[in-house]
Amino acid sequence: MTEIRNYTMNFGPQHPAAHGVLRLVMEMDGEVIERLDPHIGLLHRGTEKLAEHKPFNQSIGYMDRLDYVSMMCNEHGYVRAIEKLLGIEPPERAQYIRVMFDEITRILNHLLWLGTHGLDLGAMTMFLYCFREREDLMDCYEAVSGARMHATYYRPGGVYRDLPNQMPQYEPTKIHGKKDVARMNEVRQGSLLDFIWDFTERFPGCVDDYETLLTDNRIWKQRTVGIGVVTPERALQLGFSGVMLRGSGIEWDLRKKQPYAAYDRMDFDIPVGVGGDCYDRYLVRIEEMRQSNRIIRQCVRWLKQNPGPVMAENRKISPPSRAEMKGDMESLIHHFKLFTEGYCVPEGEAYAAVEAPKGEFGCYVISDGANKPYRLKIRAPGFAHLASIHEMCRGHMLADVVAVIGTQDIVFGEIDR
Amino acid sequence: MATCEVIAARATQLLGDAIVSTNEHRGEITFEVDASRVKMVCESFRDNPSLQCEELIDLCGVDYSTYGQEDPSVPQPAMRYAVVYHLLSVGHNHRVRLKAFIGDDAPVIDSVVDVWASANWFEREAFDLFGIVFAGHPDLRRILTDYGFIGHPFRKDFPLIGNVEMRYDPEKGRVVYQPVTIDARTLVPRVIREEGFGDRNS
Repeated sequence: MTEIRNYTMNFGPQHPAAHGVLRLVMEMDGEVIERLDPHIGLLHRGTEKLAEHKPFNQSIGYMDRLDYVSMMCNEHGYVRAIEKLLGIEPPERAQYIRVMFDEITRILNHLLWLGTHGLDLGAMTMFLYCFREREDLMDCYEAVSGARMHATYYRPGGVYRDLPNQMPQYEPTKIHGKKDVARMNEVRQGSLLDFIWDFTERFPGCVDDYETLLTDNRIWKQRTVGIGVVTPERALQLGFSGVMLRGSGIEWDLRKKQPYAAYDRMDFDIPVGVGGDCYDRYLVRIEEMRQSNRIIRQCVRWLKQNPGPVMAENRKISPPSRAEMKGDMESLIHHFKLFTEGYCVPEGEAYAAVEAPKGEFGCYVISDGANKPYRLKIRAPGFAHLASIHEMCRGHMLADVVAVIGTQDIVFGEIDR
Repeated sequence: MATCEVIAARATQLLGDAIVSTNEHRGEITFEVDASRVKMVCESFRDNPSLQCEELIDLCGVDYSTYGQEDPSVPQPAMRYAVVYHLLSVGHNHRVRLKAFIGDDAPVIDSVVDVWASANWFEREAFDLFGIVFAGHPDLRRILTDYGFIGHPFRKDFPLIGNVEMRYDPEKGRVVYQPVTIDARTLVPRVIREEGFGDRNS
């Protein structure tokens, strides 16, 4: 009889299924996982320390780069912490815009998750479908902020600017002729809100398409049902949040339980799993996309009827308009002060959390009264999730590790910070 | 959702002098706890049915050594380090913040991994970045910094640009560390303005 011994194997950090720079040191008995030791920090940029050396507003851009597939939700957590310290409330229209873009971001995130998770488990088509829809949503980002991903759109006191009245148009190229371009521009004739409305009309059908491919697919079920089961008790112990908690059957959603922005005026449901396995979490995320779509529609309807300011009229926090600045001495001083020194935040500490697509994204800001945070701690949902990977994978096969990494929806920007 | 006063009353009644002070601000409640009894306090917060904080949402270290340095009127904490725990009760829907101050050299505090499993990586992170030792932690290794890293980068006396930089050495045929060759620069100085400066309500 041959001697059997455990293997120690290295997975990543340059592995497409590692969703970034995850290095796993795996101790294996044949193909069964005995022990998993994740090594993280390969993408550590010291965001929190950098933020301590910059005025408050200049760190908003760093937030986009934390969880780089749910950009605006991260910004929301950060600006909400600052707003809490300053004791200011953004105008209502800004709240609705934030809710709308939070939900657009949620769909963006879940689409990327679905695409890559599908790709990892052998469903290549998902990737192509999901990225097609993501393109439209990134156009929304671009229309509103000028950047397709790292928007820096939310500011303490509101949002950077109001929604544009027209969408950017495609122009003919060598590849796309006039006829093509006319077809592509068809949905872009109206305002951004019209474009988003058109998207929400189409999107539920797209989700149906994804579901026909996966939900009853035998291979998909074999790869996900009963994999990475987490009981509700363990989920709480392990500090889970978001879908990871709801997939285990705990009805917990900050948007409902501790509503922020305009979520208390939205009508939506929280999907909850039963078994706590990868398949349940897949179902929860799919349903969340439908619910997000519902919320976006409510926001679009409201925003179309209620024009108004999108930034707090407070010149010590928010900059004056260009026109004002050119004509008015005081506005010029405000502008200069805001963009050089920034604003001082009263002494104290605040923790503000938002329901990011991956779970609870929180910012804990300590201020000693200066124009820069004294300490910023970012609570990334993925950090707590990845910490549990050993527990979720023990006893599973090597191939299931990929399923678990996928179901945790890991992004290294936020875990390593 | 219980109000902050109710939570504060319950906690002080239950824990007595293990809670040094209670502070309620902006709807958030902070208990400053005795660092030597932090594990007992955490267990009470988790197990007491009226507090029932099932989840440790976040744990982080703070280095208070330069707190309010720019303005002498800002009160400075007596001890250099603090460990801050953010707890969440899913059952009662409330949040609690615990803060334990620990002293200057060789900061040590009890680990709460036995209370909440999620503390494991958070404590490793605080150890890595601040050098706070968590007694009783099963696996206190560095987590975010490089293999073989020297120092604790989030301490206030650690420079933002770091101490060493990395480059490829063609002669040795490998990546080497060397002292940093760039200069630290501050584009925007840190200032604390007097009360009422640029009054936000004006």
